[in-house]
Amino acid sequence: MSQRPSNAPLHNNTIRASLAFLVMAGLLILIGVSQSWALALTILNLCIISAIMALGVNIQWGYAGLFNVGIMGFAALGGLAMIIVSMPPVKEAWQAGGVRVLLALIAMLITISAALFVHKLLQGKRLHGWLIALVILVGVVISRYVLDPGVAAIEAVNPASTGYLGGLGLPVVFAWIVGGLLAAGAAWLIGKIALGLRSDYLAIATLGISEILVAVMRNEDWLTRGVKNVTGLPRPVPYELELQQAPWFINLVERLNSGSLMGLNSTDQAAVLQTLVVDSASIFVKLCYTGLFALVLIIILQLCVLALDSPWGRMVRAIRDNEVAAGAMGKDVTGRHLQIFILGSAVVGIAGAMLATLDGQFTPGSYSPLRFTFLIWVMVIVGGSGNNLGAVLGGFLVWLIWVEAEPVGFWLMDALTSWMGDGSGLRKHLLDSAQYMRVIIMGAVLLLVMRFSPWGLLPEQNR
Amino acid sequence: MTDYLNALVVFANFVFVPALTYGCQLALGSLGVTMIYSVLRFSNFAQGETMAFGTVITIMITWLLQSWGVSLGFLPTALLALPIGILVTALLLLATDRYVYRYYRTKRSKSITFVMASLGVMFIMNGLVRLLLGPNDQNFADGERFFLTADAFRAWSGLDEVLVIRTSQALTIILAVILVVGLFWFLQRTKTGKAMRAYADNENLALLSGINPDRIVRITWIITAALATVAGVLYGLDKGYKPLSYYNLLLPIFAAVIVGGIGKPIGAIVGGFIIAFSEVIVTYAYKKVLTYVLPTDMAPDGLVQLLSTEYKFAVSFVILVIVLLVKPTGIFKGKVL
Repeated sequence: MSQRPSNAPLHNNTIRASLAFLVMAGLLILIGVSQSWALALTILNLCIISAIMALGVNIQWGYAGLFNVGIMGFAALGGLAMIIVSMPPVKEAWQAGGVRVLLALIAMLITISAALFVHKLLQGKRLHGWLIALVILVGVVISRYVLDPGVAAIEAVNPASTGYLGGLGLPVVFAWIVGGLLAAGAAWLIGKIALGLRSDYLAIATLGISEILVAVMRNEDWLTRGVKNVTGLPRPVPYELELQQAPWFINLVERLNSGSLMGLNSTDQAAVLQTLVVDSASIFVKLCYTGLFALVLIIILQLCVLALDSPWGRMVRAIRDNEVAAGAMGKDVTGRHLQIFILGSAVVGIAGAMLATLDGQFTPGSYSPLRFTFLIWVMVIVGGSGNNLGAVLGGFLVWLIWVEAEPVGFWLMDALTSWMGDGSGLRKHLLDSAQYMRVIIMGAVLLLVMRFSPWGLLPEQNR
Repeated sequence: MTDYLNALVVFANFVFVPALTYGCQLALGSLGVTMIYSVLRFSNFAQGETMAFGTVITIMITWLLQSWGVSLGFLPTALLALPIGILVTALLLLATDRYVYRYYRTKRSKSITFVMASLGVMFIMNGLVRLLLGPNDQNFADGERFFLTADAFRAWSGLDEVLVIRTSQALTIILAVILVVGLFWFLQRTKTGKAMRAYADNENLALLSGINPDRIVRITWIITAALATVAGVLYGLDKGYKPLSYYNLLLPIFAAVIVGGIGKPIGAIVGGFIIAFSEVIVTYAYKKVLTYVLPTDMAPDGLVQLLSTEYKFAVSFVILVIVLLVKPTGIFKGKVL
């Protein structure tokens, strides 16, 4: 898959890419005109985030052929970073149990270093494994003994609105960076274990770690409030309500719409202006997000393009296309794979933090493998694995289809079953399950593209 | 003495019997993955959803039979529906082989391509399952609920604590034993089984001796369908049908396969029991057992639970990680993936 078939046609990508992105823009404008501009911008913002995630996965799959089935976990780590970096700290909770949590963290770190020390000391000797197990067991018991009362105390602090430690209260941009770092750390751990063995192990290990990460976020209320969700995450852009009061914004709206406001009398004018200001405020906020996200996307995309063109990029492609030959040339295959796996996961983590920023809340219950792992894979494969621009295009296109497929699927099912009459139980059942059609369709799209156009919409360019 | 017996009975009732049942279900699921791996040489991510699909078809047939008034007395009606569930699942798997995997097989693609294709198949099945039966939980167990009731046990033993065995648990163990014995007899004694092992061992040599690869592959899929459907239906009878729980079985199943040694049927069974027992032992709260065993003044206050049940994934995962680090070939020296 990642290997370009030798008989694959050479494509002129520049024209294809410009055309594809023009079509994308046209579709978004069509949604803006026919449905609403606010909706079009919402879709666009999520398209950009999807594109960044797809870029991250493309780094892993397209550059190195690493199969990551745990995208969901890395995205959720990004969301977690939003909480621990930008939420304001809960002082009472810190007083109640902060010390115990910190002590437990230190105890865990000591346990890990002790286990590593025993490992180094006794390597190859008898009882080696059992002693490590003993060290870890003692460490777990001690840290649980320290941690549990602290957790209970923290969760008892005003459980309806806080009941967790809060964060550091730093600006949102730091949270995006920390999201990337957290994901990179998790990737390092998994990569150390599963890379160097054959490829399926990485897939299984990432599947496992992502389930565990999301389970932790759902259940550790002192850290994430669990299923009670953290709402009201700080925003890097102004709030709609503030904008509606701000004189400069009202003036701006008035000036932009002066033509349509002219013909009205003063009372009508005020009412119309009021609704215009409300509408424009929401669009203005969405545009701010679009600008910020687009900036991040452009920076990451540019870095990816530069990396792939550099000597490093040539080495990575050489490793991908023939691991044995690259190894024989003295390239460190496993080391390079680890590096790429970490980089790609970090990009996914950044996108996950941005997604939580856009939602304004962190809801551990919403992380499903369908939406966060599988859909991203469809984006990468459809867009063109190994091509950065292709991943971006795939992110845009597949997200748009995913969003619009639900109403279209419902409409299609409605039309197909209308002959059954409104009383029919089967018709009701089919209408209820129309939403599952899009899962089936996405699965079919993945299989069809893999089979008939394995290099995707924008193929990797031969150099 | 009675205290110890009581403790033992509590342990058997809440740990041993549930773990044994769960182990049988995992073993059947893992056997399917291992068979596919040894013959088709890829890790089948669609196994969990295959189990769900087989269960859904069986549930639908069960409801049909129930509406006709057919029942099996004290056994669940689902047993009657099981053969049809297996048949439909086998047809679906053969169709996926014909339209998805065969192309990559003739092209001799890398195994990761197969894995990815199986991910696509998994999601199609995921949608299909919900399309057929909706996203809600279903309970389709009927017949006698208990194989060994609390009253019967108390009358026999005279203890305070009771050991209860549900029909679904007894059925799971009996069916699993029958299936596993049948599978091993098939692999060891029949000509087709021997051909299958030869093909798994050395594809080219098997082709040279005139074994028809398409036939081997077809039979493998049919066996996998049977194992997956039985495992899924038993799991559903035991714990109730929840669509998501079948996806969640994927990690324990892979862990079981790798622990036992991938491509080794005996390894899949042993691995299944290792994972099941570790999961149940680690997540069980031992308060009741310890209250009986320890002197009164030392009785524990807390639940004495090593890990809450939400983290049972972590058990499979940790075992998986240990095996990958210490012995990637698994207990029975399977292939390194």
